Amino acid sequence: MKYLKEFRDYNLAQSIVREINQSVTKPWTIMEICGGQTHTILKYNIDDLLPAKITLIHGPGCPVCVTPLEMIEKALLIASKENVIFTSFGDMLRVPGVKHDLLTIKANGGDVRMVYSPLDAVHIAEKNKNKMVVFFGVGFETTAPANAMAILTASKKNLKNFSMLCAHVLVPPAVEALLSGFNSSINGFLAAGHVCTVMGYEEYIPIAEKYSVPIVVTGFEPIDILYGLLSCVQLLEKNKFVVENRYLRSVRKEGNLKAKEVINEVFEVTDRKWRGIGLIPLSGLKIRDKYGDLDAEKIFELDEKIVEESELCIAGQILQGQKIPPQCVAFGKECTPEHPLGAPMVSSEGACAAYFHYKKLRMEN
Amino acid sequence: MDFSLSCPIPKSEYEKVLLAHGGGGTLSHQLINKIFISQFGNDYLNVQHDGAIIEFEGVKFAFTTDSYVVQPIFFPGGNIGELAINGTVNDISVCGAKPLFISVGFIIEEGLDLDELWKIVLSMKEASEKAKVKIVTGDTKVVEKGKGDKIFINTTGIGLVYDGINISPENAEVGDVIIINGRIAEHGIAIMSEREGLKFETKLVSDTAPLNGLIESVIEVSKKITVMRDPTRGGLASALNEIALKSNVKIEVYEKEIPIADEVIGACEILGLDPLYIANEGKVLIFVDESDAEKVLDAMRNHPLGRESKIIGKVIEKGKPLVTLKTLIGSTRIVDMISGEQLPRIC
Repeated sequence: MKYLKEFRDYNLAQSIVREINQSVTKPWTIMEICGGQTHTILKYNIDDLLPAKITLIHGPGCPVCVTPLEMIEKALLIASKENVIFTSFGDMLRVPGVKHDLLTIKANGGDVRMVYSPLDAVHIAEKNKNKMVVFFGVGFETTAPANAMAILTASKKNLKNFSMLCAHVLVPPAVEALLSGFNSSINGFLAAGHVCTVMGYEEYIPIAEKYSVPIVVTGFEPIDILYGLLSCVQLLEKNKFVVENRYLRSVRKEGNLKAKEVINEVFEVTDRKWRGIGLIPLSGLKIRDKYGDLDAEKIFELDEKIVEESELCIAGQILQGQKIPPQCVAFGKECTPEHPLGAPMVSSEGACAAYFHYKKLRMEN
Repeated sequence: MDFSLSCPIPKSEYEKVLLAHGGGGTLSHQLINKIFISQFGNDYLNVQHDGAIIEFEGVKFAFTTDSYVVQPIFFPGGNIGELAINGTVNDISVCGAKPLFISVGFIIEEGLDLDELWKIVLSMKEASEKAKVKIVTGDTKVVEKGKGDKIFINTTGIGLVYDGINISPENAEVGDVIIINGRIAEHGIAIMSEREGLKFETKLVSDTAPLNGLIESVIEVSKKITVMRDPTRGGLASALNEIALKSNVKIEVYEKEIPIADEVIGACEILGLDPLYIANEGKVLIFVDESDAEKVLDAMRNHPLGRESKIIGKVIEKGKPLVTLKTLIGSTRIVDMISGEQLPRIC
């Protein structure tokens, strides 16, 4: 299939691996930001093809994983209410709150529905005028345009029974937070190709200069990842701290201007707490006041609850690349995809789930 | 008598049954083993084959039951009725038996169009004639509107085990090759695209089909078949994991050999699903000693339902249950059992 098979090609993969081997002389630690890339790395076990000098660590780019517990609790509260249809992308349904997840609310009689697009949630609202339809708006810059479109569409149609619980996060502030932390061991980054498709990569240029790290905009197929790594290694070996675009078939420097315009119309930048990491200034998006009547947080007037994470879960260290999942004492024991203690074990983009599915020997029964 | 038995699944984990308990993955396994097998267990049930193989007064027969709750009840390539016949025919067939008699139980929701019921019944008649099985007993219940989802069908089947055949998920041996009769994941994707209203350039249809003819032709040419399984719910990955576990063997499969349609790959990419975990309805996995592989492949390819048969892997070690995949780019990774329902990713 066009745009798939050629990016999973054996000969091409092997030749890039050879080139990486020829290029590398020093040990380098490279972080991929995006959970989709983490998933590809583990699914194709790309680690095993790489020279020992290259260490891959996994970043916080799993939107499901970094959505704060307080926000999950709010979602659970809203979803339990009478006359609410709570809609969400599939990944969010299994993310544990303090006691339950959204699937448990569903099993207990709540009307929780998985949708593939936020516009489907708007459609459900049109068909169910006697119910309040709430969409859980999570994600990075990638999902922001579609979520913004849902708000705009509902607003244009003057729907009174649609709202969004917004927990959007932004990538560049998180990258800066990681780099400015103590003991950052990250030498180079693979930037998330789809985030850059929307936003472009101009924001990363000052970060690369300020922190002396090369940042390579990378796609999601195994060949994309290998190319991204090759570029990153070559830049590191030459001490070049610039941004390179290796996802040319999708990313332009300025991004998708129309999508950015829609995001900007609906959302504004705000401080946001990241699950496992903490508050990062100006790292989130919230719904602008002019669309306040579509903001679930305003409609439902939910109290800000202080909630505690499981003591065993080290999701914060995992999401910051300080540890890899098998270094967690609960990994595969107290914490499995069936009984996740933290969100990275839930999402298909979570590092813990990826390690569990593709790298762990599991004995059933 | 005191019925307050303690529940072997700790209540703190799940107080209610979740959909994932029926998804064919790890949670289903826990439910089956901790709740059902722990109470009903016996030599026949504990094998956990697609059906039980029972020897009674010198006659060896296979016995199976399955309930069909698919939604929508009409989908591209079939409907719930023919699925209910084919599914049970296949469960009997993969026990190495010739399916003979079937029972049908209908649970119908008040308000179902008689026209729809008629279409379902006609397709069941056709499917049973095609598979050369007789529907010999049945039952009908009607439940109040809102208490069912149009129609649920249970079918139970019985068949005679072929002479000299010993097929069981416990029998896989080092040196067996693994053959599949065609492209994977088409049933699941056809249902999902219909359910979610997704449109693709080419129409994907379910692969539902009775496999008894194909299986009979294979059994005629080889007595060295060790395992047969129809990889339905939970897909290829779950079926292989179940066999690896039951036979205590390591299985290696080759990604580039697994037959899969471009449309299915595309749909999986869009939905964020792994085709290895998606349901099939007209596919069978056959484990056979390498020395008979060519014979079996030839027999399969001569049958209309086996034209695209391929060797997709082999059993490489005894002693540690594991399924690994040689990926397209040349690395090796583990193929795990699915943990619940696959949830589409968000970006």
